[in-house]
Amino acid sequence: MIGQPLDRIDGPLKVTGQAIYAYEHWEPGQPLYGVIVGATVGKGRITRIDTDSAEHAPGVRMVMTHRNAPEQGARDESVPMEYWRAQPVLTSPDIHYHGEPVALVVAETLEQARAAAALVHVEYAAGRGRFDFAAYEDEAYAPKEANGGFPTDTEVGDFDTGFSTADVRIDQRYTTPYELSMPMELHACLVQPRGEDLIVYVSCQIVDAALASIASTLRIDPARIYIITPFVGGGFGSKLGIHAETILAAIAARALREPVKVALTRQQIFQLVGMRPTSSQRVRLGAGRDGRLVAVAHDVTMATNPDIEFAEQTAATTRSLYAAPHRLTTHRLTPLDLPRGADVRAPGEAPGLLAVESAMDELADALGIDPVELRIRNEPAVDPESGVPFSDRHLVECLREGARRFGWEHRPTTPASMREGRWLVGYGMAAAIRKHFQGQATVRVRLEADGTAVVQTDMTDIGTGTYTILTQVAADGLGLPPERVRIELGRSELPTSWGSGGSWGAANSSTATHRACVAVREKLLVTACGDTGSPLHGLDPAEAVFAEGSVRIGGADEALSEILARNHPDGVQAEGETRFMGDDPNYAAYSIHTYGAHFAEVGVDADTAEIRLRRMLGVFSVGRVLNPKTTRSQLIGGMIWGVGAALQEEAVVDLRSGAFVNRDLAQYLMPVHADIPDVDAVVLDGYDDKANVLGMKGVGELGICGAGPAIANAVFNATGVRVRDFPITLEKVLPGLPLMDT
Amino acid sequence: MNDPDAGGAGRSWAETAPLSAVALRVNDEVRRLEVDPRTSLLDALREHLHLSGTKKGCDHGQCGACTVLINGRRVNSCLTLAVMHEDDEIVTIEGLGDLDSLHAMQRSFVERDGFQCGYCTPGQICSAVGMLAEVGAGWPSHATADVASPRIALTDEEIRERMSGNICRCAAYPNIVAAIRAVAKAGTQ
Amino acid sequence: MRSFTYERPADARAAVAAASRSGAKFISGGTNLLDLMKLDIEHPSHLVDISRLALRDIDELPDGGLRIGAQAANSDVAADARVRTRYPVLSQALVSGASGQLRNKASTGGNLLQRTRCPYFYDTAAGCNKRDPGSGCSAIDGSNRIHAILGASDACIATHPSDMAVAMTVLDAQIELLDADESVRRVAITDFYRLPGDTPHLETVLRPAEMITSVVLPPPPPGRQLYRKVRDRASYEFALVSVAAVVSADQATIAQARVAFGGVAHKPWRSVEAEAALTGRPATMATYRAAADAAMRDAVGQGHNDFKIELARRTLCRTLAQAAQSS
Repeated sequence: MIGQPLDRIDGPLKVTGQAIYAYEHWEPGQPLYGVIVGATVGKGRITRIDTDSAEHAPGVRMVMTHRNAPEQGARDESVPMEYWRAQPVLTSPDIHYHGEPVALVVAETLEQARAAAALVHVEYAAGRGRFDFAAYEDEAYAPKEANGGFPTDTEVGDFDTGFSTADVRIDQRYTTPYELSMPMELHACLVQPRGEDLIVYVSCQIVDAALASIASTLRIDPARIYIITPFVGGGFGSKLGIHAETILAAIAARALREPVKVALTRQQIFQLVGMRPTSSQRVRLGAGRDGRLVAVAHDVTMATNPDIEFAEQTAATTRSLYAAPHRLTTHRLTPLDLPRGADVRAPGEAPGLLAVESAMDELADALGIDPVELRIRNEPAVDPESGVPFSDRHLVECLREGARRFGWEHRPTTPASMREGRWLVGYGMAAAIRKHFQGQATVRVRLEADGTAVVQTDMTDIGTGTYTILTQVAADGLGLPPERVRIELGRSELPTSWGSGGSWGAANSSTATHRACVAVREKLLVTACGDTGSPLHGLDPAEAVFAEGSVRIGGADEALSEILARNHPDGVQAEGETRFMGDDPNYAAYSIHTYGAHFAEVGVDADTAEIRLRRMLGVFSVGRVLNPKTTRSQLIGGMIWGVGAALQEEAVVDLRSGAFVNRDLAQYLMPVHADIPDVDAVVLDGYDDKANVLGMKGVGELGICGAGPAIANAVFNATGVRVRDFPITLEKVLPGLPLMDT
Repeated sequence: MNDPDAGGAGRSWAETAPLSAVALRVNDEVRRLEVDPRTSLLDALREHLHLSGTKKGCDHGQCGACTVLINGRRVNSCLTLAVMHEDDEIVTIEGLGDLDSLHAMQRSFVERDGFQCGYCTPGQICSAVGMLAEVGAGWPSHATADVASPRIALTDEEIRERMSGNICRCAAYPNIVAAIRAVAKAGTQ
Repeated sequence: MRSFTYERPADARAAVAAASRSGAKFISGGTNLLDLMKLDIEHPSHLVDISRLALRDIDELPDGGLRIGAQAANSDVAADARVRTRYPVLSQALVSGASGQLRNKASTGGNLLQRTRCPYFYDTAAGCNKRDPGSGCSAIDGSNRIHAILGASDACIATHPSDMAVAMTVLDAQIELLDADESVRRVAITDFYRLPGDTPHLETVLRPAEMITSVVLPPPPPGRQLYRKVRDRASYEFALVSVAAVVSADQATIAQARVAFGGVAHKPWRSVEAEAALTGRPATMATYRAAADAAMRDAVGQGHNDFKIELARRTLCRTLAQAAQSS
């Protein structure tokens, strides 16, 4: 089954509306409805809060503010990962960012709760907030490390000397905006109290993190919390952790002893779940006339919330991308009184490659070398900073295959030279690279007496295809047809994992599933080969083949159901594990990444500078592919995120109030159908034997890496206008367009 | 910005207006409800009838996840009140087809992987069904070169323009278009 | 959303009578009103549902014009064969707005009355003279990329978001109104909307409880009609700038031209200055440029929206060139 384009196992449920998301569970009965009230200042202190009219409004059961919220566990930085830490809410009258929760109103109906929420009267002493990144960029500090455990700074060779003596130098600054994950399912939580226990239906990516975070915030025994999340309507980083909706629903449900559900409004999602911080990136490239890089520097400054530091690893993959003897990367942070920075799909690479791959295009232009060729000339033999070998690097193959399939040779070598009617047409490309992470996962596989396999893990399926690929892995692992495999995910009583995030979910859970299957097979073989009643008795288990519901050794075979019936009337189960990469020597001995190359053709309206994608192709190398259908979908989805990052997405801060001005989906633009023409993704055959036993790596974020700059470079090729301030909106291109004369 | 003058007839606006009785015809079944006049059709479907296949993605007509068919036309159910739909014929994703008998559009979405997380999917499918009916009726779109022409050639560009009211953050767009195209082709053969 | 009572009157007269109640408001498609009610920007205490009134028809008029019922859905108007053939600019404008779902619900009258998309109007924590008279305009020194370049005031720089109304403006539409005293009047669309001045909360000349019953289109003007909408994404977005034009060119000379802009002002912006600069002039880019300059003579940027002035000029030039070419 592995490698087959199996339709999604959960597809029929999703297309019929039968897949149930967090807010939609009715098992607990009729819940109460909670609505969050947010601060209307960006910095300051609550001086007065009047909840009287809200409390007396029809149907209202509770109004919670900092005055009556229970004491909660504090965020504990000794817990290694943010998403496992406590997330206390309504703890003080201090306001740290616009929209911060100041009250929760719980009522019998949603209409009543929403109306009463508008009655909570809050007065503030507004403080002077720091909201303007550009104004404070110079006050940046160096964090201890970057997100993901990457070093803050690195230096190899002598950058200054290398750069100053290079034949050709590019020294440019690129800026990227605040961006948000914006999954379509609103962040939501339904909590049912049962005795001292809490049953928590929550939209989250990592069950174990949600459990730990709720337990430490509410200061209750984790064993009393049951998380249930069979379907998650997208996450893209914003559901790695839980947020105010979950904590407040849990507190309210406990206090009222009734089920309570809370969903953020779309507007509140702009304020309460974290964001990709804005960045200013200086990229310096020094090269010889032959195009070989001698010096690469990537200096990044980004915004961070002052209380919850987040240093996006924006320069991290620059360390592994191209060869050059002299190298420098730095990360700096400017504290601003804005919502916390957080992981948004492809943290680091998404903004970082916008800058570096634009700069490479500028270098290609300065040198008069084809951009594909320039990258090929700078292909390193080993990881250029760590010096360790690459596990399985096929960037050059991606570049060559992509150029061939796309028809790159038709690219106009002179910018602004191709015109079709009202459209200025241009081609652009960029490389893709993403570090492959491995995290902890445990999976239990149970072969039932009826010959059905049940795969159990607290892993989630956030649209990634977990149900489907684990079906395939288990089917192969036990020699069963996929219909005989059942996958159970997203429940905290199941074996724990790092869930979905960082593109690690598929490899972590598949590898653990595979190992669990191996362990189940061994148990079966031990009994079968030792059972005088079995035709396999006395045969060598090492020769065993599991297929079509039977075990065959040499010429003998026996149905699994018979082995089970005789020796394991209650079934057989075993667990498989994937270790954290820090405990796996391969991850220190090898540089393990996924790769790709993006090619884009854009049209720019010669009169209005409207930019429209015309076609796009990505060619990727990701090791072994478990399911080409779901893999392609994820890669295409990532590429389209790149379209948004290049051309549309930007959360705009009001520099006076610290509020996001455009906080709805009419104003925060993301691509719609009409923006997306022919987009395709091709994956090279591969197998990365250093990554894991299945030879596979994650694909959830690779698609976005480099997709944006391919489009930016195409805009330059179409118009001759280089925009370094993302997104590339029409007013940035318009002044560079030719006069209208006909 | 509470406006004390806004409440009419001396009634405090925080009071709940009396519940209104409304009979909705949902998926061929008459459902009698007592709803707050403020209840959107979307919330009536989800919170009262427990038909949660219709999704709330923005509650402001900016994403399309809540699309249902009312009297055969696709509509954002978040921006209309339940009380306004007495006797209207409402079809939700649950009414299009079920696990035992998928609607052709539902099957096509599965086959072409026209979704990932699945949250926008019911809205995409209802919208696609309504959209093909609009094309069949000869309605023009922004992608139609000559709006005066009574016949619409259902190009991919037409599908994309007409489906633009349904946002998919997983960005399954190319697969969604392929799924719709396949259904449209099968329907015209 | 604040609590309200709801009624569905049987006919137009009953509707205007019902709307005379204090705090009452008409609801038709609801696509804008409910959006605003959920955010506590609009807060009627009584809703008068006019969506089922017998005002959905599109009727031929003896003079060759059309009467469009106020309750006709945007999609029905756009798809009407008479509109498509005789008033294509209106059909084009309608299908360039919103989404298929919204057009199925939004009514003609409601579209005319839709409120601005200024983000500060939408943010009840921000000052906004339109939402809360006297509270100031947060957009003037704030984020104002989508705001007005023409006809704005110190009190308000919001724009009217409709595409349909821009096309109707260039078609010299008349709006038929029914008052609570049952009097009927007709207002030219250019007189229907107000500029913000010191009272940006007053957007039209509608009297309290007065209801739009229909829009009357005079016989189509001679010449080629075109609607061109410029925006960041390819669909499902309000216009940064739009142009509705009707150009009748004879040989290489423009006999007559009508021009209106969307996305640039508090109301659909008819440019008589551009029209004067076109009439009787050669159909050349130089003429279009002169017309564009005339149209934008009094345009003022607010910072982030400065680009709209040149964008509007260029959009007008291209639209005129295309219209003239094939007229």
